[in-house]
Amino acid sequence: MNELIVRNLRGALTAVYQIVAQALPRVLAMVIIVVVGWVVAWIIEVILRRLLLLARFNRLFESKGVTRALSVAALPSPSEMISRIVFWVVWVSFILVGVNALGVVALQREISDFISLLPQFVVALLIVFFGFLAANFFSRAALLAAVNANSPSPRLVSSFVRFLILLLAITMALERIGLGRGVVLVAFALSFGAIMMGLAIAFGLGGRHVARRILERRLGNREKKEEKDDEGSHL
Amino acid sequence: MPRKQPRLGWQVPLAEETFLSDDFVSQLTAVGEVDILVGLPTLNNRDTVQRIVNAIIVGLVKYYPRERSVLINPDGGSKDGTSEAVQAASIPDFRAVLAANPLRTMHVVRAQYAGVRGHNEALRMLFAAADLLGAKACALFSPDLESVTPEWLDALVRPVLKDGHDLVAPVYQRRRFDGLLVKNMLHPLIRAAYGYQVEEPVGREVAFSGRLASYFLGDESRREDFPGLGAYAWMTTAAMAGGYRVCQAYLGPRLAESRRSALDLNTAIQEIGGALFRCMELHQSYWISRQGCEEVPTFGFQPVLDLDPVRIDRRRMYQMFRTGVDQLGSILEKILSSETLQAVAEISKAEERHFSFPDDLWAKTVFEFASSYHHSAINRDHLLQALTPLYRGRVSSFISENARAGAEEVERKLQLLAQEYERLKPYLVERWNRET
Repeated sequence: MNELIVRNLRGALTAVYQIVAQALPRVLAMVIIVVVGWVVAWIIEVILRRLLLLARFNRLFESKGVTRALSVAALPSPSEMISRIVFWVVWVSFILVGVNALGVVALQREISDFISLLPQFVVALLIVFFGFLAANFFSRAALLAAVNANSPSPRLVSSFVRFLILLLAITMALERIGLGRGVVLVAFALSFGAIMMGLAIAFGLGGRHVARRILERRLGNREKKEEKDDEGSHL
Repeated sequence: MPRKQPRLGWQVPLAEETFLSDDFVSQLTAVGEVDILVGLPTLNNRDTVQRIVNAIIVGLVKYYPRERSVLINPDGGSKDGTSEAVQAASIPDFRAVLAANPLRTMHVVRAQYAGVRGHNEALRMLFAAADLLGAKACALFSPDLESVTPEWLDALVRPVLKDGHDLVAPVYQRRRFDGLLVKNMLHPLIRAAYGYQVEEPVGREVAFSGRLASYFLGDESRREDFPGLGAYAWMTTAAMAGGYRVCQAYLGPRLAESRRSALDLNTAIQEIGGALFRCMELHQSYWISRQGCEEVPTFGFQPVLDLDPVRIDRRRMYQMFRTGVDQLGSILEKILSSETLQAVAEISKAEERHFSFPDDLWAKTVFEFASSYHHSAINRDHLLQALTPLYRGRVSSFISENARAGAEEVERKLQLLAQEYERLKPYLVERWNRET
């Protein structure tokens, strides 16, 4: 009996020893890969940041409003952001290689899924980024146009334009990564429809006098003509 | 006497030939060399064009019967029968007047340009035609004029043909408060920067010499796509920067068919203000080092009349200025210096009856907009749109301060404003050259 117990224990210990003996080098390899990856990523980040600063990379974006858009979004400057993105891309790549080195089948499947999702994730980020830039540009254009047209609420118009463009961009981004695809689409359609309907009701009932005034102006009443007369003599 | 054939082809770069249609070139070939070229770009101007063509032909016959002349009518694809009107106006009237005057040669050439591109392409055609035909003097007329007389042609062409000037800018007789964008911004800015006192730097009736036409044709900056009337600002400033002899001529009152042709204020500032800022970039090597300001010779007779002021809703201008400053703070802070922005914000808080936009502040504002345009502080279209509310404030203040002033007093105030621009030119240069 005792002999049987000892033999089983010995077998179990041998099995554990074999598992540890097999896994330990892999774990060590993973740790080394992750640490080396971090060092490589850090070096690349530092070099890239210096190069971008030397090339005055940020100035390329200043006139286009990108720097401003990033700072409004509490994001770092373009050169800083690119350096950090490159750091993370390099390091995450090393981490994935390290995890892959463990040889765990379930983990390998998860990594494979994650990698296949990565391009979509990058595209989604780009959609949000450009959506943000477009929102800034068009909201400013709307604000200027509304001010110069003497519209009653220029900021409201501008904010509305910004909100719509951002909503559209975020919806597109979420749909891109397949996150609650149906839910996002339905939520967008519902909220967009609700906004439009709300505006229609507010404009039609609450603001019927304003609506009448705008329509009268649009149809060319005396007030509009006076404005036109004024403007005709500046050149 | 055999007619001299035009200098086709070899004197014009190949690129220039490609935009001239075969039909246009063959019409020019038939014309031969000319002394005077008159350009009349049209686009749906049937109502006014006949009268202008008549005035031009009578002017040519009356004042230049011995000179060989051509009227070129580039049309932007009119749908209202403008071309037919030009044709109808030219031939019968021409023959009737010719019977009494020994006109040597008179041709009417018609051509097509892409109307959507505005004046640029039509002007290019005219420069090329002037170069090909060896014209000594060229005159441009806008097709919406109602007040044109044959004397305008003589007033514009004579300084070029007889006195050797290269560019003749018009001087119109204006009603009080008419042309305030020109008087408050375009004229004083060009005067301070380029150093020439040209009253109407974007006048649409101008004359230029054949050699200036050739220069315009070959100048790289011509390839810039100046929208609408911006091309006229480019012509004036390019002639100045090129060292050509500039003068001006009194034409009288300019009445245009304003219902259709008048630009709204936003468009005017975008087209002409934008073109002027762009020209300042193109000619910066000239104007930054330019010192002083010279008067240009002025030809013709200037009647002294105090016409009624034009009606401008000063209160609405003031309200729109206040709204603009209030709403556009985040945009203006990228364009203006903090001192100027603070001063503008300060005056916008004043009650209407105490409101004043002083000359020095206005000059600094315009200079800072020009510099920010140069440095692309924000999108350039947005920057020009942000200028409109401030200009409205300046107009409101100017009208308010001169409501009871006579024409001479208003003129004196405008001279003071122009001198303020000149005094502050070092500030413009400093802002322009500043590293951002």
